[in-house]
Amino acid sequence: MAYDLSFAKDVYNKSEMGHWIKMCMQCGVCAGSCPLRAHWQHSPRQLFQMVRAGKRDEVLKSSDMWMCTSCYNCIVRCPRELPITHIIHGLARYAETEKAVDPMQPTRRFAVEVFWKNITATGRVGEAMLTMRLYFQDGIGAGIQRGLEMRDSALGMLKTRRLNPIPFRGKIKGYDGFTKMLAKAAELEAKLENKA
Amino acid sequence: MEPKKIGCYICTGCGIGDALDLKALKAIASKEQKIPVVKDHALLCGAEGVAMIQKDLDEGAVNAVIIAACSHREKSAEFRFDIDLMDRVDLRDKCLWVQDVKDGDETAEEDRQMMAEDYLRLGSIKIKKMNVPDPFLHSEGSKDVLVVGGGLAGLTAARDIAKAGYQAVLVEKSDVLGGKMNAMFKVTPDNKPPYRDLADNFIGSLISEVEADNRIKIFKNATVTKTSGQPGQFDLIIKNATSTKEVRVGSIVVTTGFDLYDPTKLPSSLGYGASPDVVTSAEFEKMAKEGKIVRKSDGQPAKRVAFALCAGQRDKEHLDYCSGACCIYSMKQALYVIDQYGADASTYLVYQEIRTPGQMEDFYRKVQEEGGVFIKGDVTAVAGNPKGGVVVKVNDHLIRAHESLDVDLLVLATGMVSTVDTLDPNSPSPVGTGRDELPGSILNLQYRQGPSLPRLGTNDFPDSHFICFPYETRRTGIYVAGPARRPMGIAATMTDASGAALKAIQAVEAVALGVGVHPRSGDLSFPSYRAEGCTQCKRCTEECPFGAINEDDKGNPLFNPARCRRCSTCMGACPQKIISFANYSVDMISTMIKEIEIPEEDEEKPRILVFACTNDAVPALDMMGRLRSPISPYIRIIPLRCMGSLSLVWIADAMSKGFDGVLLMGCRHGDNYQCHNVRGSALAEIRLSKVSETLQRLKLESNRVKMVEVNIMDAETLPGVIGDFVEQISNLNPNPYKGF
Repeated sequence: MAYDLSFAKDVYNKSEMGHWIKMCMQCGVCAGSCPLRAHWQHSPRQLFQMVRAGKRDEVLKSSDMWMCTSCYNCIVRCPRELPITHIIHGLARYAETEKAVDPMQPTRRFAVEVFWKNITATGRVGEAMLTMRLYFQDGIGAGIQRGLEMRDSALGMLKTRRLNPIPFRGKIKGYDGFTKMLAKAAELEAKLENKA
Repeated sequence: MEPKKIGCYICTGCGIGDALDLKALKAIASKEQKIPVVKDHALLCGAEGVAMIQKDLDEGAVNAVIIAACSHREKSAEFRFDIDLMDRVDLRDKCLWVQDVKDGDETAEEDRQMMAEDYLRLGSIKIKKMNVPDPFLHSEGSKDVLVVGGGLAGLTAARDIAKAGYQAVLVEKSDVLGGKMNAMFKVTPDNKPPYRDLADNFIGSLISEVEADNRIKIFKNATVTKTSGQPGQFDLIIKNATSTKEVRVGSIVVTTGFDLYDPTKLPSSLGYGASPDVVTSAEFEKMAKEGKIVRKSDGQPAKRVAFALCAGQRDKEHLDYCSGACCIYSMKQALYVIDQYGADASTYLVYQEIRTPGQMEDFYRKVQEEGGVFIKGDVTAVAGNPKGGVVVKVNDHLIRAHESLDVDLLVLATGMVSTVDTLDPNSPSPVGTGRDELPGSILNLQYRQGPSLPRLGTNDFPDSHFICFPYETRRTGIYVAGPARRPMGIAATMTDASGAALKAIQAVEAVALGVGVHPRSGDLSFPSYRAEGCTQCKRCTEECPFGAINEDDKGNPLFNPARCRRCSTCMGACPQKIISFANYSVDMISTMIKEIEIPEEDEEKPRILVFACTNDAVPALDMMGRLRSPISPYIRIIPLRCMGSLSLVWIADAMSKGFDGVLLMGCRHGDNYQCHNVRGSALAEIRLSKVSETLQRLKLESNRVKMVEVNIMDAETLPGVIGDFVEQISNLNPNPYKGF
């Protein structure tokens, strides 16, 4: 049923910053401010209205919330002061916990399979391994091809010392504390989810 | 009155003394214009300069003053003398500052000097032709104020009039005070920070306050069946079922409020009548007040409620306009549902644009926080639901989809319709209906121009110039406030009522002093006519934008000076040129035109006359001077009270005198008019359409005369407008009448 509010209420309660969605006045400033607007299927304001209209599947299966690059333009400009970037990330996370996301969604795959493993293994991002893992995600052939495509950029970054070719070995100082923090965060999150 | 003793005082400050030949100027004043006292000062607006003038006045050497200095809009506080006749000659803003004279350019210097001398001549003639106006006084005036309509606006107005120390007469057609407010369950927090929570209906306390006030005389079950006279002496007949009373008041506030648009006229797509579960906002308010928000069909709780905003508003087929209050009252009603059913409530507001006047944006936020869902779109169809309630088809513009919405109730937020009978504003006053009675007319004015108030534009509300002069109708001394004037909510209605009450008090006080009410407040002059010359053509009665003129049995005009706004449209309308003011007349401007010196044809110095409206064009010309934008030195400007006073004789005079062109600067006219006197510039344009006859008679080209619309903000574009006309004139041969 259209405009059934049960999905919206669930988002308001469970999705991080989701309760802000009801405050959107649909002015469209976020859509006009987003540098990646051309690549979105729905702009933030449209996504919010879809939540209110009860379009659960369309929202959760949408790739929109995975397109955000956290530039914060929309947050700065929103006249109603909605934390749009955080709401969008919250929706992505909500879709993931609802197991509604296509596992092959590129941003999701990068985040879950590459980035998270990379950073938690050592305590910091290792650019060399991160890039390698991303490029070779779909096999050796595809990896080599991507590497060649990006050769000029890579060489340029090397030259200007934006890329360290030597993989980071070992662990950061205070790695134990870092893992404890992650564990605590996971515990808090689980508690929140159970509560909701 | 004692004979006029004119003194001319020339200021030489602000560069005037350096640029102009003072000796020659003084000679113009004393030798040519025969002004007995001519003096100059290097800083006339300074204490010493002002004291010099005051001394002459005190000694009785002078009783009429010409100040030749800056524009009349400058230094008005300094040059304020207790005399009846004074005129300002602008040698600076519209003369010196608009002439770009290079050092050693003798021709340009000479042109500038000629301009200043002409302006001094104009000022001299003007003051010679001016007479001291006697104020229009009458002994049996009243300062009481009539308030028609005892709803929120009327109660507020009556209370404020009484609080200010005046007597109010409140006429209410039903047997209770309070009007539509009596049906309200709660009210929006328009005046109460933080503007979020609904407030209790306060009308009861306002009613008791008014009923307890012995300065307010209340007539219930009564209507005004006749209104005659003029401000200060409006004679009313107030009737109820059993008796008739005659009452005299000084001014009138109309607060008859609104009617809701008839829902049966709405398009069938909104579904009124299709199911008992489609109700109007008024019906819903009643349900809420009774504490029963339920489906009308089966009495089940109505937890899911949709509101269709703009039910007929902003729709050319129904109401052309936004009704101003429906967004807010629909939000209020959504809160009723949420308050009653808590977490089970679902409310949907289908809107075109949410409008939140005043502080109501915070209230909008509150309703969103409480869970109200806002859908921008249209209701395209409504059908009864077999399970109870209705299915509403919505075209949701936000997600670009057609959806159906199952709800228990659909509430139609219908708009406000005026309750005041009105006249077409775009025609001249329709003469001929005045003596007929119009049943149901709010005031039944015994005016030659009809019993009703003129409306604004295409809307049926009796407003006039709502930006410059709110509350004023086009009938002097009669004000409208609240939704009778234009659709509005509670807070705006109360502010409006207080404003109109103050205006009504201002009017009775001005009339008691015999001065103009507005826009020329304080003006002592009023029109009079030379009866022998009248041909009973009735043009003055028809063209007066304010219905100030009645007619006697023979068709002669009967002026009602207290109704007059001193715009002088009648003076320009009169083909016999017999209507004049003590200090403003056709003859005065004609003589001024004839006094301007026109160089011989072989000197190749054309002359172009500019008639400029004092309300907008003259300030714009002053600002042009302040910007030091140069214009042609051949321009001569004569300010007019209003373009409505334009007499075609002046065009003929200018042409036969030898002016090469005449440019008229009036205000914007039409639906979005800016004329302070509503129709002045529009009438001038109509008169000008007949000017080509005059020009043909003189064998002159018709493009020698042009009218332009000038806004007060046009200072930067004016040099271009003037330049274009000068160019147009320079392409023509010189006026052959020069030197005749």
